[in-house]
Amino acid sequence: MTDLTWGLWELLLKGLWLTVQLTVFSALLGAAVAFVVGVARTHRLRSVRVVSGAYMEIFRGTSALVLMFWIFFVLPVGFGWQLMPMWAAILALGLSYGAYGSEIVRGAIAAVAPAQQEAGIALSFSPWQRLTKIVLPQAWPEMIPPANNLLIELLKGTALVSIMGVADITFGASLVRNATGQSAPVYTIILVMYFVLAFTLTRGMRVLERHAKAGIGQAPAAKSGGLRRTARVPRQAEAPRDVPTTGGAS
Amino acid sequence: MTWDWNAVSEFLPRLWDGVLLTLQALVLGSLIAFALGLVWALAQRSSLKAVSWPVTAVTEFIRNTPLLVQLFFLYFVMPEWGITLTALAAGVVGLGLHYSTYTAEVYRAGIDGVPAGQWEACTALSLPRSRTWSAVILPQAIRRVVPALGNYIIAMLKDSPMIAIIGALEMLGQARQFSAETFQPTEPITVIGVVFILIAYPASLLMRALERRLVR
Repeated sequence: MTDLTWGLWELLLKGLWLTVQLTVFSALLGAAVAFVVGVARTHRLRSVRVVSGAYMEIFRGTSALVLMFWIFFVLPVGFGWQLMPMWAAILALGLSYGAYGSEIVRGAIAAVAPAQQEAGIALSFSPWQRLTKIVLPQAWPEMIPPANNLLIELLKGTALVSIMGVADITFGASLVRNATGQSAPVYTIILVMYFVLAFTLTRGMRVLERHAKAGIGQAPAAKSGGLRRTARVPRQAEAPRDVPTTGGAS
Repeated sequence: MTWDWNAVSEFLPRLWDGVLLTLQALVLGSLIAFALGLVWALAQRSSLKAVSWPVTAVTEFIRNTPLLVQLFFLYFVMPEWGITLTALAAGVVGLGLHYSTYTAEVYRAGIDGVPAGQWEACTALSLPRSRTWSAVILPQAIRRVVPALGNYIIAMLKDSPMIAIIGALEMLGQARQFSAETFQPTEPITVIGVVFILIAYPASLLMRALERRLVR
């Protein structure tokens, strides 16, 4: 630890800031993709559903790292598009994690009671009004807990960009490792940094969930468990729900 | 956009080697993840705080930090402590350890899902603890979580290219090497992207079918 001078710490802290930026921007892109694709998968036109389903299967089916290599090395050679490394990284992360997110959006929309949709039709709301005024406000709180897990996966995924020379925490760590010749201290430090980031994200999402649930008049979820509940749902149909999702889960 | 089929056919033998190494890493990694995950899940349920608390802390830590950094840790730090691992070994251990923290949660959900009456019946029949677990609880819990475990194998498949970064020549490693030698990155990287989908998509269909059969 003694070898870590202020200059080296600065490298790590700059990397930390870049990781935060990467996470925020790719989460925004990912959320946009997730909403568009997720809503498109419930569209009444079959062709729209097929196209959005294909997008989801393709981007979920391949590895985020391979997609990143493709955007960094194949796009410039094959199509002549050279993106700034930072934006290429955001594009790769946003597109692939957006595909996972679309499944969360679709699931939450499907979980809204059909009678709500029917009430909207009966009151002659347009499809867009039904979506934005009836379905999404009710689906939104359902999305937050799985979105939190996905956000943590995205944060972990940002470490991949260091391979492409984007100066995030992991990239800073390899520079420090080369400078000091020691691996143990610096890798321990950055693991702790990632953990603190993940912890902060989880806390933030908990607050968001409480607000969202209060917004539609639901009490914040009582911590699952309690005899009554297990007695009523003995088969535990919801078992996978509190399992953290990752890359290819379901 | 130029596409050179010759490059594809030259890459195919290496691709095959890469697929084999990926599958090898995947099988060994899953074995570690499944075994270790069960150990974590049981330890987290322990009534001894001295056991359950550290295990929970460690698994939370591993689950919330990037696999890539953990691989670097295994590959670069362990030699400083006198344990030198090959790239493949470090990769397999890293994948297995990382995913064991996910499978632990899966097992936990499965065990929690066993109806309370099953526990009470074991008490009523005064089965010893070992029999309770091995003959009553775990068979029911594991049957229910098989599809979820399978989904984590697919997730692991998609994280497996990371072991190429520490030097294991799985699919991505082969593609990188090939493109470094021939300056043709387009074909190998596109081909392995497609191969990933070709493996992952049928596998995820299989898991959905299993889920319908086993989880009712």
